[in-house]
Amino acid sequence: MSDLMTFREDTRRWLEENCPASMRTYMPESEKCWGGRDYVFSSDDQKLWLTRMADRGWTAPTFPKTYGGGGLSKDQAKVLKEELAAITARAPLASMGTEMIGPAILEFGTEALKQQHLPGIIRGEIRWCQGYSEPNAGSDLAGLQANAEDRGDYFVINGQKVWTSYADKSDWMFCLVKTNTTAKHGGISLVLFDMKSPGVTVRPIQLISGRSPFCETFLDNVRVDKDQVVGEINNGWAIAKYLLTHEREMLGRIGNVPAEKTVAQRAVESIGTKDGHLKDSVLRAELAEWEIDFQSHQLTIERVRDETAVASVGNSSAMLKLYGTQLNQRRRELLIASEGFNAMSWSQDSEARLWLRSKGNTIEGGTSEVQLNIIAKRILGLG
Amino acid sequence: MQLILNEEEQMVRESAQSFLTDNAGPSLLREIRDTNNPVGYSQNLWQQMIELGWPSLLIPEQYGGLGSSHVAMGQLMEQTGNNLANSPMFATAVLGVSILLEAGSEQQRAQWLPEIAMGNLTLALALDETPRPDPLNIAASVTKSTGGFILNGGKSMVVDGQIADQLIVSARSAGRPGDSGGISLFLIPRDTPGIEVSGTLMMDSRITANIQFSDVTVGKDQLIGTLDQGLVPLTAALNIANIHLSAELLGVASECLQRTVRYLKERKQFGVNIGSFQALQHRAATLWSDIELCKSTVLAALRSLDDSAGNASVIASASKVKACKVAQLATNESIQMHGGIGMTDEFDIGFFIKRARIAQMLFGDHRYHLNRYAELSGY
Repeated sequence: MSDLMTFREDTRRWLEENCPASMRTYMPESEKCWGGRDYVFSSDDQKLWLTRMADRGWTAPTFPKTYGGGGLSKDQAKVLKEELAAITARAPLASMGTEMIGPAILEFGTEALKQQHLPGIIRGEIRWCQGYSEPNAGSDLAGLQANAEDRGDYFVINGQKVWTSYADKSDWMFCLVKTNTTAKHGGISLVLFDMKSPGVTVRPIQLISGRSPFCETFLDNVRVDKDQVVGEINNGWAIAKYLLTHEREMLGRIGNVPAEKTVAQRAVESIGTKDGHLKDSVLRAELAEWEIDFQSHQLTIERVRDETAVASVGNSSAMLKLYGTQLNQRRRELLIASEGFNAMSWSQDSEARLWLRSKGNTIEGGTSEVQLNIIAKRILGLG
Repeated sequence: MQLILNEEEQMVRESAQSFLTDNAGPSLLREIRDTNNPVGYSQNLWQQMIELGWPSLLIPEQYGGLGSSHVAMGQLMEQTGNNLANSPMFATAVLGVSILLEAGSEQQRAQWLPEIAMGNLTLALALDETPRPDPLNIAASVTKSTGGFILNGGKSMVVDGQIADQLIVSARSAGRPGDSGGISLFLIPRDTPGIEVSGTLMMDSRITANIQFSDVTVGKDQLIGTLDQGLVPLTAALNIANIHLSAELLGVASECLQRTVRYLKERKQFGVNIGSFQALQHRAATLWSDIELCKSTVLAALRSLDDSAGNASVIASASKVKACKVAQLATNESIQMHGGIGMTDEFDIGFFIKRARIAQMLFGDHRYHLNRYAELSGY
């Protein structure tokens, strides 16, 4: 038996014994486990599941064991993912730490930074938010202005960040700041600071869909020690681009949430069938096309991942983000169309809110137009 | 499922790419068209393909074939799309071989497959009778006679029907047009008395056949598979065929994108390359993304044939839908982005749209397969 097959059997057995039954059900958005200092677990099982997975480092399967990660190979991580999916296990941790800043610290950070931050990220003890956009730096992110004044051993930061998801619930922020005002891309640094630092104020943003995780974050004379710079000073743009690639990949998976019922099932329940066909034949064709496109996108995520072992994925993330977010919007439109006025109430968990919220998918993390620019310039060489 | 090519598949892809770029392409197609080539393909190219072993790819080793994979054959099909390379390969080595493998008796396989592998035998599937394909809409029928059957009826859009040595004919042995039962498959030499073949020159410069069967005597041993139960192997073979047509359409689409991007970098207006305009950049980038999605769907579909994984009908329909939609977009967009010159016969880009629409319609376009997909998915 190959090592991978042995690993699969061991994994399956371990999951069978350790994944609580209630963690093998479809997860409503409200029961996502974010972790963090002040996190209130929604159940004992949620806490137990996080602890057990974190103990094995499987909240960050490919991170080195030295920092508490799983130390798995890419192939093993794929097996783990498949085995988790096979029992519809919930993700033990939803985290900007394991998905975004963790990999960046691993790649660019000093040994001291790795030891300081990675274990907390992997165990879900510290929750992170991302300080990127500013009121005047959206699509032109490199035009950001949050100023970091050099005071020898530390910086003093002044400025405003916007669209900082969950800033009000996070423990630390990774933040792009200006360390050299005379250069554009070459004057940016990536710094880390505690959200409890004096001078950090957070205000939630209300969206067209109602309450949202988005916040504005105001930075007034926030002190950040220089050892909290990731990579070199003034070299933050390279890391930012690396992180944006991760973010695009993450956003590309946006519609891939296991749900109790498929869109088609919900349409059938709402509209009914005649001779086995959905009564609305136009919607039926739209549904079929969406399903085929959705599978196509899922397969592309898989293919890009498979290819990464051989070559660099890089810019493909722009395509994954572009298409994944469009698909999620199409899904929301189909659900509204299928459920009609039942989906249009203004209740707290109404479909209408999710539909409205999805309008932001093709804007956040780089607009679709920015993704198309990236593809045209970096992949097709047009310019 | 591994969604990358293994070493062998990659080798097949690269050798097909270099061979077809050197020996086929729009210039060959133009020559075939302008010299009124009576068969619609280059005999010379087909001979070379035989020497390269291409017709034997899907034939198991025990019948003298290479016993290679659908993924490998799909790479060839994709490259025939890039290079608009017509040959008997699809009808014989993909469709014909698949029907023999799905339904042929041991004796039929042993008799015919080695001949195909050596390049001595070509086949054609005489299936459709209506302008929009539908494998159930079969009126051609056989009646039983002493020693076998008598076949009557007409077929149209038969790929390679005018040149194939043998025809695989679907005919009703029971039931009425539209019924799923009562369809049988027969292997009949094209020169059998009572068979009349006429060619139609199609817009892709290929020739398809209309075939009339008038009291054609067919022996019992010419039945492929079980009487009245032909739909099962036919469906399986059409699934395979549609997945390989998807690969060809992917090739057509990729080539259109490549040629268009090249043109965007060359053509100057307002003193700059037109590729510097965002309006065109975004169209090209959208097309590239769609083609990337199509690649994954087609590769996964080919792999699933090799692994016998999943519901082949669902997978084939999904693959054909995606490939048809993307090929349609690519061919339309490439003409638009080429501007006026894209409309001229002198320029090559127009050859691709002509081939694409025919490959799209063959065995069901995206509308047909969307409907089939929904049906198979239970809604």
